[in-house]
Amino acid sequence: MRKLALSDEILMTVEKPARYIGGEVNAVIKDKEKTDIRFCMCFPDVYEIGMSHLGIQILYDMFNRREDMWCERVYSPWTDLDRIMREKNIPLFALESQDPVKDFDFLGITIQYEMCYTNILQILDLAQIPLEASERTKEHPFVIGGGPCAYNPEPLAEFFDMFYIGEGETQYFRLMDLYKEWRAGGASREAFLKQAAQIPGIYVPSLYEVAYKEDGTIASMAPRCPEAPEKVKKQLVLDMTDTFYPEKPVTPFIKATQDRVVLEIQRGCIRGCRFCQAGMLYRPARERDLEMLKKYACSMLKNTGYEEISLSSLSSSDYSCLGELVNFLMEEFGSKGINISLPSLRIDAFSLDVMSKVQDVRKSSLTFAPEAGSQRLRDVINKGLTEEVILSGAGQAFEGGWSRVKLYFMLGLPTETEEDIKSIAWLAEKIAERYYETPKEQRNGKCQIVVSTSFFVPKPFTPFQWAQMCTKEEFLQRAYVVNHEIKEQKNRKSMKYNWHEADVTVLEGILARGDRKVGAVIRRAYEKGCLFDSWSEWFRNSLWLEAFEECGIDMNFYTTRKRALDEIFPWDFIDIGVSRAFLEREWSKAHEEKVTKNCRQGCSGCGAAAYGGGVCHEH
Amino acid sequence: MNTNIRVKFRKYGCLKFIGHLDVMRYFQKAIRRADIAVCYSEGFSPHMIMSFAAPLGVGLTSDGEYMDISVKSAPSSAEAVKRLNEVMAEGIDVVSWRALPKNSKNAMSIVAAADYEVRFREGCEPFGGWPEKLREFLQLREIRILKKTKKGYQETDIRPWIYNCTIEDGVIAMRVSAGSVHNLKPELLAEAFGDWAGVKIPASALLIHRKEIYADQGTEEKHSFISLEALGEEIG
Repeated sequence: MRKLALSDEILMTVEKPARYIGGEVNAVIKDKEKTDIRFCMCFPDVYEIGMSHLGIQILYDMFNRREDMWCERVYSPWTDLDRIMREKNIPLFALESQDPVKDFDFLGITIQYEMCYTNILQILDLAQIPLEASERTKEHPFVIGGGPCAYNPEPLAEFFDMFYIGEGETQYFRLMDLYKEWRAGGASREAFLKQAAQIPGIYVPSLYEVAYKEDGTIASMAPRCPEAPEKVKKQLVLDMTDTFYPEKPVTPFIKATQDRVVLEIQRGCIRGCRFCQAGMLYRPARERDLEMLKKYACSMLKNTGYEEISLSSLSSSDYSCLGELVNFLMEEFGSKGINISLPSLRIDAFSLDVMSKVQDVRKSSLTFAPEAGSQRLRDVINKGLTEEVILSGAGQAFEGGWSRVKLYFMLGLPTETEEDIKSIAWLAEKIAERYYETPKEQRNGKCQIVVSTSFFVPKPFTPFQWAQMCTKEEFLQRAYVVNHEIKEQKNRKSMKYNWHEADVTVLEGILARGDRKVGAVIRRAYEKGCLFDSWSEWFRNSLWLEAFEECGIDMNFYTTRKRALDEIFPWDFIDIGVSRAFLEREWSKAHEEKVTKNCRQGCSGCGAAAYGGGVCHEH
Repeated sequence: MNTNIRVKFRKYGCLKFIGHLDVMRYFQKAIRRADIAVCYSEGFSPHMIMSFAAPLGVGLTSDGEYMDISVKSAPSSAEAVKRLNEVMAEGIDVVSWRALPKNSKNAMSIVAAADYEVRFREGCEPFGGWPEKLREFLQLREIRILKKTKKGYQETDIRPWIYNCTIEDGVIAMRVSAGSVHNLKPELLAEAFGDWAGVKIPASALLIHRKEIYADQGTEEKHSFISLEALGEEIG
């Protein structure tokens, strides 16, 4: 029987002890004496969030197919256990073996959002691994980061030995083979890092020197040694069908946020919304083969016992075989009590038909993400969604029996005017009016329109990477305008308005486009007690403000400052395939309010075609 | 023709930290993994027809847990137990699979008593010579405790709910009333003993293992306990 790292006494006092015991269905147990490499994969947030992440499931399965490797998992201990582990000096442990993470060969951390950065330090700290990469010795694991935030790794540079830039399915085995060779040879830690830096996609921050101009911007970033390449090239999977995908995902005992089979139908997006980082990072858009998806849907449902399957992608309606796939799933599983969920669908006749078959129309709500209220601003952000399409989609939905609509917008977008802001309320009003035009016998009581706004954060590798961000006050002012305008509408009683917090948005903006200087602030904030910053009940803005103050870092430098077109950005050493020239073109087209075709309508020459696959080479 | 099935299972090891609701969710998935033709309720969002005899608290282990399900076609007991055990996580084993006679009451409604084995955790014994003291305590005609109710506290005599209790080699084996009428938890009995003996015995000092759950085929005066499992029949 497995022995747990925590005593019964501790497990009986903490909330949800199942977070820490491992042993879930499909978790992989190996004999540690018979494996050469022990890799601990971490999602730096609480178990229920971390277990919902597809990327770790893919890599966990991939690594564990190797006989010489055992990949395990670890998540952030919740604040109750955090306190106990510090008090009793219990080292952070992996779920499967319950062994201390510090004894592993690798600690891989997926970095999915900026607000988890203090949690990364918590993981290192509780694992009793020195926070600074430079303080680690051969006794410590190599700490490697990946995921979307690794595309601007600079704020975290000092805490990681390496970053993996791109999709994990491609180069990890090479890195593992290299590690085995290195360990057999007994050379220094630095020697391994220098060799690793020669594997495409591996970025070793300690091998680069950054020089700054007097105004604080970057003068240059250059390799310190010949082994480190000047540019680190994003790695991606070209054949999305003949690749790694878990047929037996780990299935938690407790309810995870994503409590279902997740079937990734495609990667990347053809749309090119100018604010969207994922849309640029994962170019070119690549589809998985229909037959593969059918096979995986069956085996994953069978091996997990989940009662729901979710099709995952950035824009499901763009998957070319969506109709066939959904029909297959409904025929195969509809009678077995399996639910099908289809997030990120465009609202049109097809999707309404599908949705009416897979969900209870009366209970479910429809989601539109126009992102901006006016057509002018939607053109600026290249959201190819017209008011006509929104209203006709809503109209069809109302006739089909839906009465609840959710609308998502962003505030603080580049060039946004007061009229654009008020247009959010006006659009909601038009949708409400469309509802009440629906014949009474076809509609279902009152309609409910929930308008939500988030605040726009400019992200690296998007056409808006040059954009000035609003201040907290400007953000809130804009939210008040929306709130006020909604109250002026005829159908205000059918509307509800929610807006996001502004403090955390400002911070996210700093971390997203931050440079190496920001690392000290993250560390200071962590030392002051910041943790679980993405959880509003734990986010403590005042401590962050103190940390900036004490480190002498000006927040506005990263947020509201106007960036020159030729400024060297901290992330410019990464090559994502999409050229800077393209992003610049898009930035200027945004100001001209001109839209760019999506990848299927015509190639705009972003540069991703150089990878030689995906939508760029469909015909 | 649908068949009602009573499944008996064990819960041990690390899985004692999985709460009752999660055990339900666990079995819903396990039944699908084992490809058991289970019946679902009617309606737009059908759910598996499944009910559990008596929730087991977090931290407790058990050799005698029960769940009733309804199936469209029932494999033999041996086959079903094998199929389910092939898809179990370590910490839950299926012990038996038995068909219930027509019109049987569901497990939850007939629970009348349960056997428990209780030990003190190492170093958590209340005082030296506690077994003798406990035997003395069990000689009492009345054991009055304050039970928390919706309207405050109510004094209750729990002595009639203790059907049997012996102490051997540091293990307290008890049969106590369980179910919806009078549910006596071992923790409560230990607490009452502590209060009487003048020491505090917290639930965390105890290791509690449920052995079996029973229905009562006798009367209030003369009980006749029968395990829930014995009410079903093996399917050949």
